[in-house]
Amino acid sequence: MSVQFTFDGHPLTAQSGQTVGGALLAAGVRSWRTTRFQGRPRGLFCGIGVCFDCLVTVNGEPNVRACLAPIADGDVVTTQAGDGRG
Amino acid sequence: MTAVADTVAESAAGNRYDVAVIGAGPAGMAAAAAAAENGLHVALIEGGRQLGGQYFRHPAPGLNEPWASQLHHGWSRFETLATRVETSSRIDVLFEHQVWAVEAGFNILTDRGPIAAAHVVLATGSYERVVPFPGWDLPGVFTAGGAQALLKGNLVLPGRRVVVAGTGPLLLPVAASLSVAGAKVLGLFEANHIRGYAKHPLPLLKNPAKLLEGADFARQFLRARVPLRSGLMVVEAQGTDALEAVIVARPDGTHRRRIACDALAVGYGLAPQIDLALTLGCEHKLLTDGTVALRVDTNQRTSLPGCYAVGETAGIAGVESALVEGEIAGLAVAAGVAKSRNGSPAALRRRRDRLRAFADVLRARHPVPPAWRDHLAPDTLVCRCEEVPARAVAEAVEDLGATDARTVKLLTRAGMGWCQGRVCGYAVACLARRDPTEPPNPADLLAAAKRPLARPVPLGVLAEQDRRNK
Repeated sequence: MSVQFTFDGHPLTAQSGQTVGGALLAAGVRSWRTTRFQGRPRGLFCGIGVCFDCLVTVNGEPNVRACLAPIADGDVVTTQAGDGRG
Repeated sequence: MTAVADTVAESAAGNRYDVAVIGAGPAGMAAAAAAAENGLHVALIEGGRQLGGQYFRHPAPGLNEPWASQLHHGWSRFETLATRVETSSRIDVLFEHQVWAVEAGFNILTDRGPIAAAHVVLATGSYERVVPFPGWDLPGVFTAGGAQALLKGNLVLPGRRVVVAGTGPLLLPVAASLSVAGAKVLGLFEANHIRGYAKHPLPLLKNPAKLLEGADFARQFLRARVPLRSGLMVVEAQGTDALEAVIVARPDGTHRRRIACDALAVGYGLAPQIDLALTLGCEHKLLTDGTVALRVDTNQRTSLPGCYAVGETAGIAGVESALVEGEIAGLAVAAGVAKSRNGSPAALRRRRDRLRAFADVLRARHPVPPAWRDHLAPDTLVCRCEEVPARAVAEAVEDLGATDARTVKLLTRAGMGWCQGRVCGYAVACLARRDPTEPPNPADLLAAAKRPLARPVPLGVLAEQDRRNK
């Protein structure tokens, strides 16, 4: 079953049961966070919730681990800048 | 399984389990099943949403691809085990419960509240060991296990043109499954020389299934035209905002070769996840590969009465050991409760010892090549969370006089970030040695494995626990 979500405003499609990170990579998106100090792009690294590199903002909530959080229909996913708290 | 308890308040209402098994991977599932089949009431506590752990990670129902069934070796083992767990009326499977500490007695503290149990079996598995190299923070660089998890859990490839590198047996199934799923695997680069295995014929010959498994991979790579090269490592990842290429070379930096790719899966073996046990005070041991593991007796008992450790927590040894050790621990706990003098069957213990001997050979053959340090650039990040470059770590050691990892951490913040040093801990322990030929200090390796809170927890959860204790 497919689900619709947006990433930085762009509509994308994922498969139900995928994680946010899996859905983004499947759509060709490789990074969804910029680091706090150097503003460098980051994406998925350890894939199992250990490294916290894949943090992303989902429906306004920052610091969600993209490798663990399941994607849901209607999710609004946005690139997280720094700690995501503006 | 009985109805999965929604909240701990419900599952623990005036209820003390005979045994709490932490981690629902192969070892934890086997321990829970064996204990329940012998009359014990079991809580099987799992941070994720499915049985199987990392090894048997599988896609959610509804996700499918024609090649999905080829991602797992011996899937029927999982099905058998899952049936034993799911059909038992004595096992409460508690998904999405993150354990952040265990108190003696035992009180298992989770983000959803405490769970009381007379015995505890630690089946918390392992996490991957990586070392820094220039560009390793670029999107497109994955840990080998991370690439595998993405594929097994989501049926999504990390890239189309993938390099697999590092050291250790995990690289073989990672390269094989990427290839099966349609990625072009441009090479599997094993940093150590494989010919060293001939020096240890006995444990190899006693584990013929392992040899056949190796031959299976070799055939698969030949068929898929995956080049397998040993004695080479990735010394640099290149790209502007994402990975574009890797540089592969001998550890001494010669024979450099650039390979254009869009994903790298890199790993230098696994490290036992034993923070809960170290905080409890369980005795540990330092293994030849620089990992710290729990010391267990022949029945998988740790030094702490009532606390057992199985699978990777007792030293990285793979899925077969995990399955056997889970059974042994489950039976031993049950025997202890029944005050029976029989522990676990001798045949199981012999099988475990044979598998462990093989694992010892593997560990000895796949050290992290010490030359990784030589390839760092001053601005290579050592700590990815706190963005601490190699230059800062070198300053702490050479100019500020730090001689141990803890001082390096206090001076640079390396290891203070979200991952609590799981990613950079080994590297910092190595770099704290001014003399690069010296192996890391055991105390620094231990410090890297230990953390009082095993998981980041919201302050509210800590406050709630404080209120309960009063």
